[in-house]
Amino acid sequence: MAEHILEAHSLTRQEAQIPREDWFEASETLQHLRKNKKFPTIWCSGCGLGVIMGALIRAIDHLGLQRDQVALVAGIGCTARMPVYLDFNTLHTTHGRALAFATGLKIARPDMKVIAIMGDGDALAIGGNHFIHAARRNIGITALVVNNAIYGMTGGQYSPTTPVGMRATTAPYGNVEPPFPICDLAIAAGASYVARSTAFHALELDKYLSEAISNDGFSLVEAVSYCHTTYGRINKLGTAAEMMRGLRDNSISKTAFDKLSPEEQQANTKIVRGVLHRKKRPEYTAIYDLIVQQQTHQEEIRLRNTGRH
Amino acid sequence: MSVKLMQGNEAIALGAIAAGCRFYAGYPITPSSEVAEVMARELPKVGGKFIQMEDEIASMAAIIGARVGGLKSMTATSGPGFSLMQENLGYAVMAEIPCVVVNVQRLGPSTGQPTAASQGDVMQARWGTHGDHPIIALSPISVSQAFDLTVKAFNLSEKYRTPVILLTDEIIGHMREPIELPDFTTVEKYEHVVTEPPETYKPYSNRTDVPPMAAFGRGYRYHITGLFHDEVGFPTQRLDEVEPWLERVNSKLERNPDDILLYQADYQPGARVAILSYGATARTARHAVKQMRARGEKVNLFTAYTLWPFPEKAVEALADSVERIIVPEMNLGQLALEVERVAGRRKVTRVNRANGEMVTPDMILAAMER
Ligand SMILES: Cc1ncc(C[n+]2csc(CCOP(=O)(O)OP(=O)(O)O)c2C)c(N)n1
Ligand code: SF4
Ligand SMILES: [Mg+2]
Repeated sequence: MAEHILEAHSLTRQEAQIPREDWFEASETLQHLRKNKKFPTIWCSGCGLGVIMGALIRAIDHLGLQRDQVALVAGIGCTARMPVYLDFNTLHTTHGRALAFATGLKIARPDMKVIAIMGDGDALAIGGNHFIHAARRNIGITALVVNNAIYGMTGGQYSPTTPVGMRATTAPYGNVEPPFPICDLAIAAGASYVARSTAFHALELDKYLSEAISNDGFSLVEAVSYCHTTYGRINKLGTAAEMMRGLRDNSISKTAFDKLSPEEQQANTKIVRGVLHRKKRPEYTAIYDLIVQQQTHQEEIRLRNTGRH
Repeated sequence: MSVKLMQGNEAIALGAIAAGCRFYAGYPITPSSEVAEVMARELPKVGGKFIQMEDEIASMAAIIGARVGGLKSMTATSGPGFSLMQENLGYAVMAEIPCVVVNVQRLGPSTGQPTAASQGDVMQARWGTHGDHPIIALSPISVSQAFDLTVKAFNLSEKYRTPVILLTDEIIGHMREPIELPDFTTVEKYEHVVTEPPETYKPYSNRTDVPPMAAFGRGYRYHITGLFHDEVGFPTQRLDEVEPWLERVNSKLERNPDDILLYQADYQPGARVAILSYGATARTARHAVKQMRARGEKVNLFTAYTLWPFPEKAVEALADSVERIIVPEMNLGQLALEVERVAGRRKVTRVNRANGEMVTPDMILAAMER
């Protein structure tokens, strides 16, 4: 630890680990962090997850949601550790199952904003089945999938989004499996809002996340990120900063992409950022509620007729 | 009060609704599907919600999620589905989320014999999920008891913040018997009351056996995790925080035996032999006992309704009363292992059948001769 920096801030080593109380008061959005939770996060320094967490906080703040009205549900992984730092109703579940837990919670509390936070492995390998079915039902849950193309938490094994040819600890000779295009999968399965951006384009993520959370139906925001610690190291992709720059250089906005010729679009290898899909479809809990209303009404009539009321 | 003829599976569904269950998630599987079908039909009438999930892993997850949102919840399944539920069952133990899991046992392993009865999941109910953990499993012997024990399962699950397994079998599930249904509004229901204000509320306080549970979205924002956690729910590896939790959770059931351990001990003075049974097999045992007693032979009959935690003290007393305990089961000897453990020097005779057919009274009577 650089002592001269601590000195400049008049902080002891220990104080530097735990933010001061008044530090939280400094900004509106920081109010959403948990004051009683020990910081720093478990994430490697330089990881894109912190930036994405910031975007999520700003999106919720922008919508002016009551903290009590928001539930964050996560599976297992580096990404899935996000909720613990945030002052909402937070449910850290089992690997792959965030959307299934979230489905029960959303049905119990349709009035709440339920956001499921998952890594690429969490959402698409072990949780792939829940992912397509949540999208198919168009249940009012926002899925935030942080795609770092690797299993970060377990040390860099290949995931269902690892590009062909790239290395991982379990693909030492290069990955032979083709990756899932997450957004296309969600669209095909029935999601009503689908957008993608990157950890570099944090403000864009804010915007997509707030649109996703406001959408009445299943929304997906794919946040492309990186894991310099595992994927970056094994594939010699450089430092966190270099990988962050890579997100800037290797992505293209949807507006720019749409202006390309069909041939150029075909040849594009860059990450396309933008709102990729928006479609009004009936939301699951609202439709089911119609049945509940109809049946409770009929039950009342039945009980009245049989003289039990 | 009204008398109806119905199946065990229907009685379970109605018992759940009477107990205040307002959410059901499940995946169809024989011989449990009728529970789902009745829940799908009945829940909306009382303002409840039903969903058919994509598999049993999701079903188990969804009932936990719904309970976190404040709805009492249940799922029902059989062998293969019960296997898939194990991971999230452990989650419910760790996070102390009340919920009821019905397992209408069928013959296994694997797909086995879907329509044949079995008691082969007794040990899975105890140890199916990984890690040491407390669990409650109840096993009814009749249709009307299927209703009563379902109500009991909900109340125990709420009171002790633990998943409760209703471990029934294909015979009880599909059998039709008359049942007197109570007025559901008069059925006792355990409800959590949180008196602590949000600022000082500790969802995992170790001060009492079971801290009250606040639902999400009602001003109590806290963290729930399957990781070891401190009193406010945050992950921790500190032994001074983990150990009080371990101690509390692993003893909360043991400390309340009178509430949890249900059984019937029918002693005859001078008896030298006892029969211990549960579930559908208890019906066979009753039959055998009736025949013996009609012949003037003395026999003690013990019927366990709570299988887990195992009613150790009561079975010890039973062992002290006789020279031999006969344990008939539709498996290759599972609860018998527990009986043997506590029976001391007394002889334990197993009577097993694991081919989908019931144990017969004759098999039990023949065991007397062994
Ligand atoms: C049932 C189960 N299988 C495996 C694991 C081990 N595990 C923990 S996190 C993880 C992968 C995480 O990858 P990802 O979802 O992409 O999240 P990231 O860490 O990259 O953010 C695995 C395999 C587990 N916890 N549970
Ligand atoms: S292992 Fe990778 S994904 Fe996990 S915190 Fe470190 S950099 Fe981020
Ligand atoms: Mg990942």
